Amino acid sequence: MTGLSVIVRRELYGYFATPVAYVFTVIFLVLSGVFTFYLGHFFERGQADLLSFFNFLPWLYLVLIPAVSMRLWSEERRSGTIELLLTLPVSIGTSVLGKFLAAWFFVGVALALTFPLWITVNYLGHPDNGVISATYIGAWLMAGGFLAIGSCLSAATRNQVIAFILTLVVCFLFVVTGFPMVQDLFTPWAPTWVIDGLSALSFLGHFDAIARGVIELRDLLYFLLTIVTWLLATVIVLNLRKAN
Amino acid sequence: MIDVTGLTRKFGDFTAVDNLTFRVEQGEILGFLGPNGAGKSTTMKILTGFLTPSSGAVSIFDHDVVRNPVSAQREIGYLPEGAPAYSDMTVSAFLHFIGQIRGLRGTSLQNRFQEVVEQVDLEPVLTQRIETLSKGFKRRVGLAQALLHDPRILILDEPTDGLDPNQKHQVRQLIRNLSRDKTVIISTHILEEVHAVCTRALIISAGRIVVDGSPEYLASLSRYHQAVHLRFTGEGVRAEAFLSLEDVADVEVERDGLTMTVFPQPGCRILRGVNELAQANGWRIEELYVEQGRLDDVFRKLTTGEAA
Repeated sequence: MTGLSVIVRRELYGYFATPVAYVFTVIFLVLSGVFTFYLGHFFERGQADLLSFFNFLPWLYLVLIPAVSMRLWSEERRSGTIELLLTLPVSIGTSVLGKFLAAWFFVGVALALTFPLWITVNYLGHPDNGVISATYIGAWLMAGGFLAIGSCLSAATRNQVIAFILTLVVCFLFVVTGFPMVQDLFTPWAPTWVIDGLSALSFLGHFDAIARGVIELRDLLYFLLTIVTWLLATVIVLNLRKAN
Repeated sequence: MIDVTGLTRKFGDFTAVDNLTFRVEQGEILGFLGPNGAGKSTTMKILTGFLTPSSGAVSIFDHDVVRNPVSAQREIGYLPEGAPAYSDMTVSAFLHFIGQIRGLRGTSLQNRFQEVVEQVDLEPVLTQRIETLSKGFKRRVGLAQALLHDPRILILDEPTDGLDPNQKHQVRQLIRNLSRDKTVIISTHILEEVHAVCTRALIISAGRIVVDGSPEYLASLSRYHQAVHLRFTGEGVRAEAFLSLEDVADVEVERDGLTMTVFPQPGCRILRGVNELAQANGWRIEELYVEQGRLDDVFRKLTTGEAA
């Protein structure tokens, strides 16, 4: 466990020693503002909630999270530090988890910095703060899912651009499977269990469920299982690359 | 103690390491030699658990590197080829990170940190980011990182590559001064390094061991071993005269006609005979010495099959 915390700290150092953290945070905050106020019509809606923010969040994550996750392993491989890291006395699993947790924490901080929106909506009206807290937790879990996918794909290539694009595509698929448009494509011919399975796999479905204000065990489990599965896949990819 | 048995590593159809078996005892400083692409780095990567072997086994103080990498890695300090380090960190932060991940804490970390910084002379750059350092300093950061936990085994992949002659000297001094109970493996293609620091040399070529012995043994394989180098002043020296001596195999004369090397038959010593013959003919000797053998000549002979 000591190895884990050392890795987490080293990763966070890496974010804040370079412009990565600042650029990401600023862009994330600016874009979430733009989405909320211009595209989400925060004021015009006249509703005391943060739906105009949370509705766009998955799309924002779709672009920004792969930018964080692409460097997790590709960068280590490109600069050769992977040889240093993997010959230190920590297991591959610990390294994978440590890097993931640092990235997840960092994205969580960026998410928490949207708190002025929360304050604004409380100042203007009487929102259901329980729903908003639940949605924040759901958003953070969803970010974890994106990051875990990105971790695995980043471990598979030394090229960050490839890691970025692959992650974006896979995450996009995980988002849109829950979309009515996509569901409609399958409805005419696919058996119900396929459609149910597809929508059950969707990040959006589970995020929306949490955004209704109830954190159900199955939604929680869904995100945690997604994270665990993709992190295990990362370990497998790294082990395969040791042998190849 | 490092035990390697039947180690083979393939990359697709290419066999980088081919059935290597050797054992390095405590206190040995093993020079790992070979042309580029001979499998030196691959072997080191397997020893440190970065790559898994296609077949064969490596044990480090009885820890199997494949089955139990973390226990083996605790015993090893490793400088990978090119000395990679997190370039966004300062030297001090990087060494603290390595120390902590190696389980050093508090005062023991501080003490080791100070010792190592002095050992490799990093004091002037401690607060600089690694990306801003010169090649020589980067290499020394890599060495410091490998030495930090005072490991029983050091594996250094080209530790003096990219250093200037003074820094090379310093690093060799450092390796020689390591306590006698450490086991060190150094890969290099600088042959003087083997003479300077190693107690044993292992030459590999195309993934196989071609020779394994002391640097002196290696030198004795050279045709220059025990050859007599001569330089005369004045005219009238007949190089062919030396061929009449019983133990002389060959004579090579340089372009000036006055500098020559007399080669002995294998195992023979010819200094006295050569000297007496020169004296008897009244040739005035200006320079005379016995060669110990040239490692580069042996290296070429063994790794290319070319008779040097």
